[in-house]
This record gives sequence, structure tokens and C-alpha cells, in this order.
Amino acid sequence: MAHINLPEGVPGIRGPMLISPETTKPLRDFVEVLLRGPNSLAPAEREMIATYVSSQNDCYYCQHSHGAAAAEHLGGNYELIDQLKRDYASAPVSDKLKALLGIAGKVQQGGKQVTPEDVQRARAQGASDKEIHDTVLIAAAFCMFNRYVDGLATWQPHDAEMYREMGKRLASSGYTVPGWEKPVQKAQGQ
Amino acid sequence: MPHIHLPEGIPGILGPMAFSPQTAAPLNALAEVLLRAPNSLTQGEREMIATYVSSQNDCFFCQTVHGAAAAYYLGGKETLIDELKRDFESALVSDKLKALLAIAGKVQLGGKQVTAADVERARKHGATDKEIHDTVLIAAAFCMFNRYVDGLATWAPREPQRYRESGRRIAEEGYIHSTDHLPKVAS
Repeated sequence: MAHINLPEGVPGIRGPMLISPETTKPLRDFVEVLLRGPNSLAPAEREMIATYVSSQNDCYYCQHSHGAAAAEHLGGNYELIDQLKRDYASAPVSDKLKALLGIAGKVQQGGKQVTPEDVQRARAQGASDKEIHDTVLIAAAFCMFNRYVDGLATWQPHDAEMYREMGKRLASSGYTVPGWEKPVQKAQGQ
Repeated sequence: MPHIHLPEGIPGILGPMAFSPQTAAPLNALAEVLLRAPNSLTQGEREMIATYVSSQNDCFFCQTVHGAAAAYYLGGKETLIDELKRDFESALVSDKLKALLAIAGKVQLGGKQVTAADVERARKHGATDKEIHDTVLIAAAFCMFNRYVDGLATWAPREPQRYRESGRRIAEEGYIHSTDHLPKVAS
């Protein structure tokens, strides 16, 4: 049960977002520009960073919704997302993305954990200042979103099909279009 | 030295915000609604939550600038802010705020650390659902802001007077235009 009274049948971050429209507006604008705005990092790469950090924070809802968005950006490659969460160093992604995931993992532990060597490694693989900046901010942002979702003990169904639908929608339409606020059908046994 | 090229002499979060105005705009809008908009928690109380979380995250810039904003709202009580960071349970604040600070401290450790008993304690001292929601989101947001500031190894001045001035500006002018006076940097 959630720590505060939240609308029934609305999963994860959507519950608190519904009861707090004044904070939801900047949060949605922020995540849209962060993960989908014009950028040399593809939306799939940015969603992978978000997924990895959410997985390190053990946030079920965020790692599955953003993992699905990443997979849908990649034509439905869910296997890659699982590999990435298990051990990104051996996953078939670019060396640049691996170096950025290294930075994101440090940010998850704490801002001061990022070393000049971590940054140098990303630069050596071609990462720009903006890509390093965006990686740090995406990782930091998911340390917020994950805590928002778990800190209120929101409802997080284990329903692969629901996350798949969510991923398709996020990949095609993004974070600011209306419709996200609708309750979902509860999965059997929930 | 910062991990990326940031404009010289711009303190803390304002450097990366000047570097990335497209993300700075919604972040400032979030800070404004979280910390300054009308709320049953006072601006001073919300800045105290932000300060405590930033202190637990060992972020010098954030704890000092938000501590200065909190002190300004409280008529200059800088010693209360120091007490709060050292041991909020023995500080001269309400039992409700202590219970909310305890929730904020759990959020800082990780969302799953917040227990039903933590929430019950806050409710017993009169906290509403909205106040509990806002406390969780303020604490979560500062786990972001602190990582943004330290994850890029930004520069932070040490002079207390500069922070007093920033605290006054936050309290009087707010967050929305916090980067307006800075040079624009192409990123």
C-alpha cells in the first residue's frame, strides 16, 4: 500500500503526478527535453542510461518503463536491455556508451564518486562536454525519480505487457502528451 | 576543476545551468514550485528540508546556499540551520518538521528506506498527505541537484557573505530567473 492516498490502478510515478499537477508540469517538461530533446545521444542511449541508473537504484517501475522505452526505440530489443542491466561492459553497445554508463553508475553512488579518469575515458571514446553533462544530469534525475516512486511506496505491477505498451507510447509520443494519467487495467492477481 | 568546460567564476549549479539553459528552465520551475509556491509548509521549512538533504549528501554548495535561504526566511537564524544539520532531533523546530526531516533523511538513503512507521510519525504530528508528498519530492529533488553539482565537480566559493547574498536573492526573487544575469554559453 502506498504511504499516502493515491488514485487506484495508476502505476508508479503517475499516481503522485496526478495528485500534484503543479510539480508534474516541470517534471514532465524536464524529462522530455532530457530524454527526447535534440541531442547527439540518441533517445535510445539516453533511455538506456535512465534504465541502468533505475536498475542500480532497484526501482522496479522506472527500470521497466524506461527499459521498455529504450527497447522500443531499438525496434523491440528487450534482450539488450536485460544484458545492459546485468553487465553493461559485456553488452553489445558502443565503447562511448559504456564509458558514459560508467559515469552514470558513479553518479548513482554519489556526485563526488565521478573521477577525472571516468571523464577522461568517456572523452577518449569521443564523448563531448555536452554528452558528459547530459549523462550526469540524466543519472542525477533518475536518482530523483526513483526516490519519488519508491519513497511513496507507489503501486508497481509486475506486468510485462503493461510496460511494453508504455514503452511503445513513450518511444513514439514522449512524456508531455495527454493520456498518461489514465488508470491501467490491473494485472491478474494484483 | 570542473569535469567539463564551464564558464569561469559562476558558482555551483549556476555553471551547468548556464551551459544547458534548455534543462535549466524546467529545473528552475521545479525548484520554484517546490520551495517557494504557496504551501502549508513555509518556505523556511521547505528550504530546511533541502538543506538537510544536501548536508547528508555532503554537497557544500547546495547546503550552504539553501541554508542561507532558510536562515533569511527565519530572520537570520544561521545557528538554527547549523543545529539542524548537526542533529535535527534536538534542534528548536516543530515535532512535525522533525518527523518530515526523518522521512527526508530516509529518502536520501534510498526511496525504499521510508517505512510506514516514519509516515505514521509524521501524520501523528499533523502532517498531511500533501506535506508528506512534498517532503519526499523535495528530498528526492535534492538527491538530483546535489549529484548534478558534485558529479560535474563545479566550483563553489567559500565566503559566507556570498551565500548570504544568494540566500537573500532566492528568498526575495526566487528561482525562475536565477541564471538570467549570467553570460550565455553555447553548449
